Amino acid sequence: MAFDKMELREVEVWDGNFAAAQALRQAQVDVVSAYPITPSTPIVEGYAKFKSDNYVEGEFVMVESEHAAMSGCIGAAAAGGRVATATSSQGLALMSETLYQASGMRLPIVLNIVNRALAAPLNVNGDHSDMYMVRDSGWIQFDAFCPQEAYDLNFIAFKVSEDHDVRIPAIVNQDGFMTSHTAQGVKTLTDDEAYGFVGEYKPMNDMLDFDHPVTHGVQTEEDWHFEHKARQHNDMMTIVPGKIDEAFAEFEKLSGRKYNQVECYDMEDADVAVVCMGTSVETAREVAREMREQKGIKAGVVGLRVIRPFPFKAIGDALKDVKAVAALDRSAPGGAAGMLFNEIAGSLFNTDSKMLLSGYIYGLGGRDLTKKHLVDLYTELQANADAGKVLTQQQQFIGVRGPKLAYL
Amino acid sequence: MANTGWDEFEIGAMLRSFDGAAAESIATTHQEERNYSSNNSFTASVADWRIEKPIFNKDYCIDCQFCWIYCPDISIISRDKKMIGVDMDHCKGCGICVEVCPTNPKSLLMFPEQADEETEIASWPQKEEKEK
Repeated sequence: MAFDKMELREVEVWDGNFAAAQALRQAQVDVVSAYPITPSTPIVEGYAKFKSDNYVEGEFVMVESEHAAMSGCIGAAAAGGRVATATSSQGLALMSETLYQASGMRLPIVLNIVNRALAAPLNVNGDHSDMYMVRDSGWIQFDAFCPQEAYDLNFIAFKVSEDHDVRIPAIVNQDGFMTSHTAQGVKTLTDDEAYGFVGEYKPMNDMLDFDHPVTHGVQTEEDWHFEHKARQHNDMMTIVPGKIDEAFAEFEKLSGRKYNQVECYDMEDADVAVVCMGTSVETAREVAREMREQKGIKAGVVGLRVIRPFPFKAIGDALKDVKAVAALDRSAPGGAAGMLFNEIAGSLFNTDSKMLLSGYIYGLGGRDLTKKHLVDLYTELQANADAGKVLTQQQQFIGVRGPKLAYL
Repeated sequence: MANTGWDEFEIGAMLRSFDGAAAESIATTHQEERNYSSNNSFTASVADWRIEKPIFNKDYCIDCQFCWIYCPDISIISRDKKMIGVDMDHCKGCGICVEVCPTNPKSLLMFPEQADEETEIASWPQKEEKEK
């Protein structure tokens, strides 16, 4: 059945959800199997509208749960189709079993996660606890800081995930509400440009190749399981980073928009730096500039664009000469240091770097990270840098009511 | 399948049923004529799952094909609608073939795994008289 192309303006006013839905339309996804959950619902709802308006040719499968949504995606991907879906929070938690199936089966699937807190207490607003929950699930994870990036990273995710040397599913994260429901100017690609970049889907070991029947999702025990997981990790560590860089470079050629696994802002001469993800990056960039202009503090920001495979080398290179660094984790660490704190520490441990690292837990359940918080934070980092040691405890909570919380 | 290293197999939890392309027309070939791969269940024996085994007594068989139809493991070997025997590499000893066998006495009966086929056939039960 023929489908219609959509004429887009060069710049459209889209929120992150609609930008992602448009990207799925332009990628000509074959199957979207989905179950609604706030705040990700408008992605699949938007896609369904495109379908009913004859802008897409694919199948839209409404299922009974997120577990079934990803299971449908796995079946469709194994059958040999381009597949995508979206979810958030509790939905992702229910889906999590099947995420490991998808990555272990090496099926390219694009999952948009609109980041939201995990209950209890029930909360629909944005934090990164869902993103953190599935960080070891073997998926590639990208992070968008704004609607433009949610749009662009979907194309890049298809490109990397479907590469025959990769065949690992990919998540595109965006902040619930702050990105997903905040309309901004999004520079568009035409339908032809976008599809040209993603390319026609090339099946591999697909179940619909009747001349070469395959069994997907086999069982292995202690004799084989370890080898499969080892290979998956090896490919993440050795193949995926290069493929991501290639996709970023190709996308820059097409769009002029340059992405990096680790985004550095004002980092060339920075003494102090904040490392964070999502919409916090933009707030931190603004404060860093003000710290430079108003306080003479050489402040910089590092935004993590690729969370898995974790860019140890790039983040180490970005931070090795910085005097004091803050790792901002927007997820309750549940009795440990935050994920970013740990990974950054890991990336510079056993090196000559004298970086002073402190961790901050912030923004849980959609609590705002204000400019004031960041001004205080940069001031604290500068004090650490001046003293040559971390003057506070290594883990602090910011923006929470009640007596000061600090640990480690 | 050889115990090869992590870098020596195709990615994914995926196994191929055939070496190379599947037979041109699977519908017109018998299992033993197909190029099943070493990963296909046809090449693997699960005989040791069995505690009891069926023994086939050709003398009473009427080739009705009930056992062939009902066997859940495709372990009844039938050629040109003639019952030949049981695929003892894949039979798991469920006894369904015996249950559905309509002859009197039955042409298939269950015996302990270690029972000797010739001995059991020599002492096969007699026809049961219908109760009046």
